[in-house]
Amino acid sequence: MSMKPLCVKLSVQPSRGLVDEKFTVLVQNLLPGFQLTIHALHQCEDGHSWEAFAHYTADATGIVNVSEDPSLDGTYSGVEQMGLLWSLRPVPGSKSGLRMRKMNVQTPMVVTISVYQGHQTEGFLDQVLLASVVVERWYMAPGVRRVPITDGKLTATLFLPSGPGPFPGLLDLWGGGGKLVEYRAALLASHGIASMALDYLTPQITEETGKMVDSDYFETAYRVLEQHPQILGSRIAMLGLSFGTSVTFGMAVYSQVVKLSCAVCISGSHVQPIGGSVEQILAYFNKNVAKTRFDENNQVIWRNLLLPIPTDPSLKVEMGRLQCPLLLVVGEDDQNWPAHESAMDMKEMMERAGNSHLLTVLSYKNAGHLIEPPFMPFTRASTFKTVTNPPTKVMVLWGGELVAHSRAQEDAWRKTLVFLRENLYGGMQP
Amino acid sequence: MFHTGPPVVSVHPSRAMVDEAFKVQVENLPPGSPVTLHSLHQSEDKDYWEAFGHYVSDHRGTVSVADYLSCGGTYTGKEAMGLLWSMRPVPGSREGLRLRKLNVCIPQLVNISVYSGHVGGGFREQDSLASVLTERWYMAPGVRRIDIKEKGVRGTLFIPHGPGPFPGLLDMWGSGGGLLEYRAALLASHGYASMALEYFNPAEVNTAELELNYFETAFNIVRDHPQVMSDRVGLFGLSLGSVVSISLAAWSSVVKPRCCVCISGNHTHAPGGTIGGVFNEFFTNLHKVRMDENNYEIWRGMGLPIPDDISQKVDVGKINCPILLVNGDDDQNWPTVESAEDMAQMMRAAGNEHLLTRLEYPDAGHLIEPPYSPHFRATKFIKDGQKVILLWGGTTKPHSDAQEDSWKKILAFLQQNMYSSSGPRAKL
Repeated sequence: MSMKPLCVKLSVQPSRGLVDEKFTVLVQNLLPGFQLTIHALHQCEDGHSWEAFAHYTADATGIVNVSEDPSLDGTYSGVEQMGLLWSLRPVPGSKSGLRMRKMNVQTPMVVTISVYQGHQTEGFLDQVLLASVVVERWYMAPGVRRVPITDGKLTATLFLPSGPGPFPGLLDLWGGGGKLVEYRAALLASHGIASMALDYLTPQITEETGKMVDSDYFETAYRVLEQHPQILGSRIAMLGLSFGTSVTFGMAVYSQVVKLSCAVCISGSHVQPIGGSVEQILAYFNKNVAKTRFDENNQVIWRNLLLPIPTDPSLKVEMGRLQCPLLLVVGEDDQNWPAHESAMDMKEMMERAGNSHLLTVLSYKNAGHLIEPPFMPFTRASTFKTVTNPPTKVMVLWGGELVAHSRAQEDAWRKTLVFLRENLYGGMQP
Repeated sequence: MFHTGPPVVSVHPSRAMVDEAFKVQVENLPPGSPVTLHSLHQSEDKDYWEAFGHYVSDHRGTVSVADYLSCGGTYTGKEAMGLLWSMRPVPGSREGLRLRKLNVCIPQLVNISVYSGHVGGGFREQDSLASVLTERWYMAPGVRRIDIKEKGVRGTLFIPHGPGPFPGLLDMWGSGGGLLEYRAALLASHGYASMALEYFNPAEVNTAELELNYFETAFNIVRDHPQVMSDRVGLFGLSLGSVVSISLAAWSSVVKPRCCVCISGNHTHAPGGTIGGVFNEFFTNLHKVRMDENNYEIWRGMGLPIPDDISQKVDVGKINCPILLVNGDDDQNWPTVESAEDMAQMMRAAGNEHLLTRLEYPDAGHLIEPPYSPHFRATKFIKDGQKVILLWGGTTKPHSDAQEDSWKKILAFLQQNMYSSSGPRAKL
């Protein structure tokens, strides 16, 4: 006679969701007081496996509802509806410094959620598996169109929302690691904003000529959006993270071509030689490389390269001249950029200039540098390949603490979407 | 140019199972503006199906289909799912169409659009204000689809994801024939290893040579699968598929179903014989076929009166598993309610009525499908090599309510009898 509880029922709703949507994990048909482990497993595109798990005890009705019941222990504890995703970490034995990023956004992230008997902490493959379901997490909503950009010398991908349009537009910039990273633009398009992911550090043109792009490149990208028949030329935003904010601040304030409805800058700084090209800004940062520090694990801390915030006005974008709403998102434990200090300095500049009504600052205690869309696994440090010539590979400390950082991602994303909708769709209620 | 930004229509969840509800919302409209919400689907046969509802936005410029009333269109009132269940072929379509998904591995795509004003037609000639695509799936992620061709049996087996073992189901459709996978795929998505069974080619029902042992073999294929619990295999049928289920449950010494779900079935045929024979037997009363005002064929008269002679009926007193009968009382194809009433009497007399649960729905027709499917009141059928249109019956709104309510109760019945640790229980 099998001692296995009969037909444990596991369900996850929705089984196919967008990556920023919540799901409900429900386990039924358990014996009251039964101890179980809920486990999540994901194999990412580069072949590495990530897992999360939590220990639960079934209540008197024989049910465990992850949205309502506390995890007693595991990769997260307490009541955490989405803990099985944001607490994912590389399985034991994985190489160090991994970061999870979906490069092919046309297929979903597939996560297997399983229920094991007892409170397990390792060796899951050898345990008694009671039930298991597959869940899909999508970056692209149905009907969103992925359009590789072939005009000009741009290395970019445009994501158009479902429907006839026209739609507001957005230029999406990542940071110093380069490459064409599409997932955030795909997700924004799933929320009704025609978004272009732009590679500006390692684009085709730089690979071919060895020369870094200048402001012309960004203005061309902006024009592609502005002139697109399905995009509202008068409603275009820019969103940057890390080095992407350096470009965004510069364009927002100084460009004669780029006229933004609003800007979102995550984990960045306005500190840069005014009027500098991408190459010149990078050179300015590198000048201070001696200020690099290392933590007890020999991980690289780069936040001091931009500190102290200069008083010399030629070394900071003149935020007092900004004419569009700006949302700053910063983590107070950012070990890579002095984002919080920069945000405070920008606030001061704008208060003095009288345009601080345009500014909203979201500052998160114990959040690190990589503030990404919600429910993404947290990475406190990872290997980073610089775009210098020759490139070097280092282990960079991003900072942040798991729970606080995950909460920050969820809160910041929600507020970012509201900010974008208000400024791009005008007059819309959250 | 927009004063505020353009309107936005959204569907949550954007990807869902076909039996899951969604929320359709429009935002950023001018306040108090009349709009039409429209759904459009192109079937695998390339026909277009549509539905629409007339709304007025609130003071914030929002329309919420789940919360607000439609004041006109293919459905009215507060109907969260009206844009799906009230779909019908667009004007100018061929007559007698039925919507059935053949490829269950890809979703059904439905376009939801919002138009300015209260529009009654000509949607293709107008520009919508906004539109969004939504996916409706028959298969959950991880469900496996396996072609079955063994021991002469043809079908498709769907196995849920996970270690198993799972309870099993043999899923049988009606006298249209062919291999229809969508309900089995959906049942597997709910945790039942389900085999959709093909038991004759379309339009060849009256020559189908199969006898009961074809179904016994099919049942055993499910029962003997390594991921199926051999003592928890049930029968699920509609129309002729229910007739087969009831017969197996009563007469088979080989098949011991854990429980039976029989939609729009009956017990009024004599034992023995082939499927073709059973079907042809129905036609001994061909003169009782009536035509309605559209020349659609009404077959229900052929099944009346229910014979008193027990030798002309399946001996349902011999059934010893829980059985759920689901019928519409406006069934124009067969007197299924009368049949269910007679079955109840026979089971009462035999002392096994406690196994019977009857669900009867006012103004529902014969084709009681999974929820939110459009209502098929009359569709094409090949009878004796001729194309006719059969009247299935039902009125759209009550029929759709019946589909929604019965599916919930069917899933609860299956859960109770196939998943519960206690023994099978007939009453819901």
